[in-house]
Amino acid sequence: MKLFILALMVTLAAAIVSLFVGVSDVSLSALFSGEADEKMLMVFAVSRLPRTIALVLAGAGMAVAGTIMQMLARNRFAEPSTAGTVESASLGMLVVLLLAPDLPVMMKMLVASTFALAGTSLFLLILQRVPLRSPILVPLIGLMLGGVISACTTFFAYRFDLMQAMGAWTSGDFSTVLQGRYEVLWIAFVLTVASYVAADRFTVAGMGQDFATNLGLHYGRVLAFGLVVVSMVTASVVVTAGILPFIGLIVPNLVSIVMGDKLRHTLPWIALSGAALVLVCDIVGRTVNAPFEVPAGSVLGVIGSLFFLNMLLRRRLRAA
Amino acid sequence: MIEIRNITKSYDSTVVVDAVTLTLRRGGITSIIGPNGAGKSTLLSIIARLIPTDKGTVMVDGLDVARTAGEVLARRLSILRQDNHMTTRLTVRDLVAFGRYPYNKGRPTAQDQEHINKALAYLGLEDLGGRFLDELSGGQRQRAFVAMVLCQDTDYMLFDEPLNNLDIRHAVAMMKLLRDAARDFGKTVVVVLHDVNFASCYSDQIIVMRDGKLFLQGPPSEIIRPDTLQQTYGCPFEVHDLGGDRIAVYYA
Ligand SMILES: Nc1ncnc2c1ncn2[C@@H]1O[C@H](COP(=O)(O)OP(=O)(O)OP(=O)(O)O)[C@@H](O)[C@H]1O
Ligand SMILES: [Mg+2]
Repeated sequence: MKLFILALMVTLAAAIVSLFVGVSDVSLSALFSGEADEKMLMVFAVSRLPRTIALVLAGAGMAVAGTIMQMLARNRFAEPSTAGTVESASLGMLVVLLLAPDLPVMMKMLVASTFALAGTSLFLLILQRVPLRSPILVPLIGLMLGGVISACTTFFAYRFDLMQAMGAWTSGDFSTVLQGRYEVLWIAFVLTVASYVAADRFTVAGMGQDFATNLGLHYGRVLAFGLVVVSMVTASVVVTAGILPFIGLIVPNLVSIVMGDKLRHTLPWIALSGAALVLVCDIVGRTVNAPFEVPAGSVLGVIGSLFFLNMLLRRRLRAA
Repeated sequence: MIEIRNITKSYDSTVVVDAVTLTLRRGGITSIIGPNGAGKSTLLSIIARLIPTDKGTVMVDGLDVARTAGEVLARRLSILRQDNHMTTRLTVRDLVAFGRYPYNKGRPTAQDQEHINKALAYLGLEDLGGRFLDELSGGQRQRAFVAMVLCQDTDYMLFDEPLNNLDIRHAVAMMKLLRDAARDFGKTVVVVLHDVNFASCYSDQIIVMRDGKLFLQGPPSEIIRPDTLQQTYGCPFEVHDLGGDRIAVYYA
């Protein structure tokens, strides 16, 4: 508990740093002493605050979504970006851009969620059908499925001259998060909290269908609920900031190594660490090459792929 | 009482459980023996509603397992399957605690804690409570799974080869534990066993399966005989009376 409070403080500190890093000058002292001019307050309320809130909600949500994905697929490598979820949500987003570009963000998110739900269900269906000899096959199947979906997206984006628009919102870039554009992330927040309420159910489901049935859990229902959470969280993040790869892989695995998988215990840590990691990646992205920004998603991509490789290699070593 | 009526299951066109009809009365230990592939595990899984049957019904105390709500059944009947791969990293204590899930939905009461402590003690796992499952030996893990089922404290308990991975001392302890559960606590225990001598010494009733069919059913004195065992397994047996138990010898 004490440790958790400490971690909470650290994350809070990161959030505060995130509030005050940026091209235009906003300082803490100015805000509180009342010296802040109107422009400064504007920047703070319209851009900085939404951005930091979005980072926290997206990070926490994606980390929890990754955990749920790992429980449902019963595989350590599964997460929205290795299960076809992210790519399906992006395809949904493209469809919206093509057919009804003026839909409110909320509706865009719902369409993207529906696509994500279909894609992730397809992934789980394939897993059920294919006899799996190695756990590494699971993310491979997910990546291949994601690749196929992504190719479709690119094809249509190219045909309809939407490549640039696509690029802009698939890069996990929080610089475009403004007031009025990030609020769907609160849905991700509600779902994250709901997952915590259902934590024991997810743990039991993660023990496998037979154990779950033996303990009287309605496995199908938990599976369906989990899929909805994963899809909607992913879609709301994709719609607001773009793709945040690997966060659902790194955080749940690290927490699992240290504390195990009893989710009632670990989910708060997972959510908090997810938020902290995304905050830090965003701050790094904003400072390494200032005044230009590297999207948080790209920073995560680098860290995440290294982590993923490391996980694979360590498996190899243990198996050898 | 478990009433198994005309249970039939096929995979593709192969019939693996063939019109099995069987009544298991309350109390006592029933062992199921038979060669590999005889359909023992499939039958046990169908009884515990883990596998849907093609034909027939299973009633537990009058409840049709295919139709009764999962959570209701989970308080009456529990099962441990033959192979258990768990990717979830839980400590032994947390795993055993989940045996109480049907009662507390994850919020253990003081009474639940008592059940958990007892189950850990019965299986000699007190010192391993804080260990993660993936840090245990095969036999220790098997005992942890059995402790979880024991903690579930249902009237009917089904175990598929619970002696898997256990050394001799722990195998004997396990069988004694099951016998005590049946004798002292009135539990109905059904076990699939490969060691016919454990079946002989500890069962009230033995069921023999062969080629998906119910081949024989009766007390050990009727089943553990050279001719029946030979017909079952297709290899020569001698049976000796040792201290009141019938012991099969088949090593030569
Ligand atoms: N999912 C499945 N698909 C196809 N065939 C199956 C499946 N499960 C079991 N079988 C077949 O059904 C038959 C009965 O299997 P079962 O596991 O019930 O045997 P068993 O009596 O428990 O054997 P063992 O002593 O080896 O555990 C076997 O021939 C097996 O190959
Ligand atoms: Mg078997």
